[in-house]
Amino acid sequence: MITSNRKLTVPDFMRPVAELESQVTELKRLAPKNDKVIENKINRFQDQLTKLQKKIFSSLTPLQRLNLVRQSERPTTLDYIPNILDEWIELHGDRGGADDPALVGGIGKIDGHSIVFIGHQRGRGTKENVARNFGMPAPGGYRKALRLMKHANRFGMPILTFIDTPGAWAGLKAEELGQGEAIAVNLREMFSFEVPIICTIIGEGGSGGALGIGIGDSIIMLEYAVYTVATPEACAAILWKNSKESLAAAEALKITSHDLKVMGIVDEILTEPIGGAQADHQSASKYLREELIKQLNILLRLNKSQLKTQRYEKFRKMGAFYEI
Amino acid sequence: MSLSNWPLKKANSKAYNIKSTKQITIPDGLWVKCFDCGLLMYSKVLKRNLKVCPQCSYHFQASSNERIDQLIDQGSWEPMDAHLISTDPLGFKDQKLYSQRLKDTAVKTGLQDAVQTGVGRMDGQKVYLGIMDFRFMGGSMGSVVGEKLTRLVEKATQERLPAIIICASGGARMQEGMLSLMQMAKISSALEMHKKENLLYISVLTSPTTGGVTASFAMLGDLIIAEPKALIAFAGRRVIEQTIKEDLPDNFQSSEYLFEHGFLDLIVPRTQLRSKLIQILYLHTNND
Ligand SMILES: [Zn+2]
Repeated sequence: MITSNRKLTVPDFMRPVAELESQVTELKRLAPKNDKVIENKINRFQDQLTKLQKKIFSSLTPLQRLNLVRQSERPTTLDYIPNILDEWIELHGDRGGADDPALVGGIGKIDGHSIVFIGHQRGRGTKENVARNFGMPAPGGYRKALRLMKHANRFGMPILTFIDTPGAWAGLKAEELGQGEAIAVNLREMFSFEVPIICTIIGEGGSGGALGIGIGDSIIMLEYAVYTVATPEACAAILWKNSKESLAAAEALKITSHDLKVMGIVDEILTEPIGGAQADHQSASKYLREELIKQLNILLRLNKSQLKTQRYEKFRKMGAFYEI
Repeated sequence: MSLSNWPLKKANSKAYNIKSTKQITIPDGLWVKCFDCGLLMYSKVLKRNLKVCPQCSYHFQASSNERIDQLIDQGSWEPMDAHLISTDPLGFKDQKLYSQRLKDTAVKTGLQDAVQTGVGRMDGQKVYLGIMDFRFMGGSMGSVVGEKLTRLVEKATQERLPAIIICASGGARMQEGMLSLMQMAKISSALEMHKKENLLYISVLTSPTTGGVTASFAMLGDLIIAEPKALIAFAGRRVIEQTIKEDLPDNFQSSEYLFEHGFLDLIVPRTQLRSKLIQILYLHTNND
């Protein structure tokens, strides 16, 4: 739940909820015990609060969704991992001189299956965010991911990826070390693996930096997550020549889970708890675990060549054009 | 991942002033001035030299038609999928309707979209060739570019022939939203099949090759060649400058910079590109 000391990060559209919430909390604290009348009143407030939350969340604009998933309370890859895997070990290093903290990975078990997991890792708070580079991987991050995915392929372990990045790191070192090449190779190699790949967009799917671990047999997207070809801010600056037009850009780009399901870019939309995944990490993890197990059981029925053909066909169909 | 991230006109250094992305049209019979050294020359002279300045070797932008003439044996070019046309899947409107922008650009350039594909011969050797054209919305990659290049590579795989793609692009076409990003995946999947069959794929990077194109098929060549002093990058220079708040090296994101860091096999001037490609193709044929 959003508590008062976190109010600073509450987006505008969440303010009414946050206010009502703190009032309810206050009432509960002050109310005398075993007073039926007051109890009923509190329950009514609680119902109102739930209704308000549902109403606000059912009509979130694309830009509000983007702001929502950028909230620091939003669960990150390493918040989900302990809750969705039965046991796990994080593994490190790209074997090329680096261990990128913005892209994590390892091995684990889910529902009896050994798997490899890979995910973007944002930080919480300034200090941790600096250490994690705000979830923007360097080329070494993508190369570490590739190394772990090759490991998965050798040992027949399905790959679970978790997407949550504003984009791949744009910096001098990133260019020097070949950011483009690192992502490109991942795109190609992810089509070669003979194990199931399930990708989940848990927060922000930022362009090529997201796609670099985003080729899969099943693409799951959390209800309020977004997936963009360019951030609305960048798109507005470029196409509208005005970064203040990011609201219009966010609408035009079609970045919500619903839009992307219609376009055939994501397969499953995963319902989030009331108030979004950040309001209830446990339920969000539970839903995600159940969905991953369900998808895994479907994909494990396919043989290697079926898997690869199906993956090829899935992406082969993406695109819209006339042929005259 | 778009062209306009790039401060193309910004001149940080004389030596690496990458200006070739300017739109230039050279009407016949006129004089042109070299952007780099200022040489005044007859436009026919420039064209005859494959649009490379005879004095300083500055590479002017070349169109896809010009490149076909420069690279392919005369009379051997057979275009593929010339009838694929972009739709406006998102109903996208920024300052202008995307559908209108497509129509206007087609009229202005005589092109259907930002890539031409086909099969032709180079000194008799059959190759599948894709050439991006920067004049069509900055060479941006939407569904048509993705589909045409995917079909090109698939056909090359089927026929067990080499594929060459000449890149010139500002990146993904934002007006097609996520569908444009997915073209990176689609083309890469076709290249994976081609590679698995041990077939040769050469990417040729020309100015500018940036964003989503750099992060997919441009960097997937078995051999990667670039024209001299081309702008080749993943992220925009301005974005990087803003984040690191210090000056970048003079030759940052140029062919020479990438070569120094091991991402290119060769830097080949346009005037020698055909002969070098022919030689490379030849050197890959004696093990059959
Ligand atoms: Zn010159």
